[in-house]
Amino acid sequence: MVGPVKRHLVPWLFLAPALLIFTAFKFVPMARAVEMSFHDVRPYLGDQWVGLANYRQVFTDDAFLAAIWHTVLLAVGQTGGSILLGLGLALVLEGATRNLWLVRTAVFLPTIAAMAVVAEVWRILYYPAPDGMVNGLLGWVGLGPSQFLNAEDTSLWSVMAVGIWRGAPYDMMIFLAGLAGVDRALYEAAAADGAGPWRRLWHVAFPALRPVFAILITLAAIRGLRVFTEIFLLTNGGPNGSTEVLMTLIYKLGLERNELGVAAAGSMVLLAATVVLTLAVQAARRGDRGAAR
Amino acid sequence: MSGPVARIVRFLLYAVLVAVFAGPLLALLVSAFTPVPDPSRLTLLPTRLTLDNFTAAIERDVLLYLLNSFIVVGVGLLLQIMVSISAAYALARKRFPGMRLVFLLILATMMLPEEILAIPLSLVLADVPVIHVNLVGSLVGMIVPVAAWGFSILVMTEFMREIPVELEEAARIDGAGDLRIFWSVVLPLCRPALGVIGIFGFTMIWDQYMLPLLVAQDASQFTLPLALRTLRNDEQVGVGVLLAASLLALLPSVLVFLAMQRQFMRGLTSGAIKG
Repeated sequence: MVGPVKRHLVPWLFLAPALLIFTAFKFVPMARAVEMSFHDVRPYLGDQWVGLANYRQVFTDDAFLAAIWHTVLLAVGQTGGSILLGLGLALVLEGATRNLWLVRTAVFLPTIAAMAVVAEVWRILYYPAPDGMVNGLLGWVGLGPSQFLNAEDTSLWSVMAVGIWRGAPYDMMIFLAGLAGVDRALYEAAAADGAGPWRRLWHVAFPALRPVFAILITLAAIRGLRVFTEIFLLTNGGPNGSTEVLMTLIYKLGLERNELGVAAAGSMVLLAATVVLTLAVQAARRGDRGAAR
Repeated sequence: MSGPVARIVRFLLYAVLVAVFAGPLLALLVSAFTPVPDPSRLTLLPTRLTLDNFTAAIERDVLLYLLNSFIVVGVGLLLQIMVSISAAYALARKRFPGMRLVFLLILATMMLPEEILAIPLSLVLADVPVIHVNLVGSLVGMIVPVAAWGFSILVMTEFMREIPVELEEAARIDGAGDLRIFWSVVLPLCRPALGVIGIFGFTMIWDQYMLPLLVAQDASQFTLPLALRTLRNDEQVGVGVLLAASLLALLPSVLVFLAMQRQFMRGLTSGAIKG
């Protein structure tokens, strides 16, 4: 017979691989980051305790403040833009015909492509000469030519547009799943009462989609805060720091300039923002559900 | 909405949407086969098709990068699936003290992406705790950290909970141990979920950027997505090579997605809607 000790051991044996990997590559680095953020990290010389100095630098240094502002702007813009465009796409492309299915699949492709590929494609589309492709399109409607990624006043918006282009189809799919869950009977009852398509949308579909909004906002905001690859590949923070976000700044400080302590403090601020945001949306959802009852 | 005008409007709208979202990627596909492509634009209407860009790309070691990518995604995904089903079995089919804590820890890992941990992670990769191995400069360093993924474990756990407990009890009465039950009762019933975590794991590993960036020390360890930037910055490399390499980095994920679209949509809704 199996002894009680062994029986208690079984689940932990099955969990062991996951927990070991998480410990080594998530929790130990996390603990190191906390420790480093309070030290002047000097490899081979020994670390020196500096208290909150690293954090003070994060919140007073102009480069950090600009990076925080760009990060927030980008996160809010990409999240909002993707959700609005994604909802629009979902409403236009909702349906069961084969044509719609094909269009949805085509529209979804940007989400599947690796960010590195997306960045190279958009660098070409954004080619800053008048014969660049996006400039060509702008020319048709009498705008441009724009420098896009190469000018300080357009670079952040250009990056944001790429993020929305890649994020909106994902949101569309989530909305479609949410819309499929909207009670048809409710929809038809509203129609029978004479509610037009917009009122049905506003009063029937949107309330049903509220949890979907909450999830999308959380996911997108968390992803938006830690944005790195697209900036690194599209502009690397330039021109003149106009697209520098927290992660690219942290990467440069930590891995190129060896200011590990300050970089770690920056990471901790980012992590704190992520956790607060997640908990806030969770709390809002719970309150929402309580009110609904 | 019906009638011919509405139908034409609708058709035009679909065409615009496909052009905006799929157009750039389609243009990449066509341009990669165009002789001496213009660095300022992609083309959809080539005058002549050629494989020159690909032969030039192969001279620039693109096949090596592609092979690295395949090794990382192949081994990484296999390990990730094994680790996920193993952990999910414990979480879905057992009750034990500390279970809530384990769930909490797994959720916590989802708030700790490689980006946020980049700085300390680069130190840990150079000197893994306890075993003191240096993973920097080796593909192993890109594989092991992605072998455990919270999302994959949670999706699998959710699915395994649905398997009726009677099947397991019947096997236990027949004298089967945990390993037997796991292997021949639970796992065969999880095949649909394996598709879901397979496609999600593939896209997740294929899209990795920060981790390979931290691990790779020279070009011989580059994955294909990582190599694109180096190819672009190399003055000796024409845009044709960059396009050919980009296309090779795009195709595997698109093909896998098209082949497993149903499973993908299922994962999207189960993972996101239930939160």
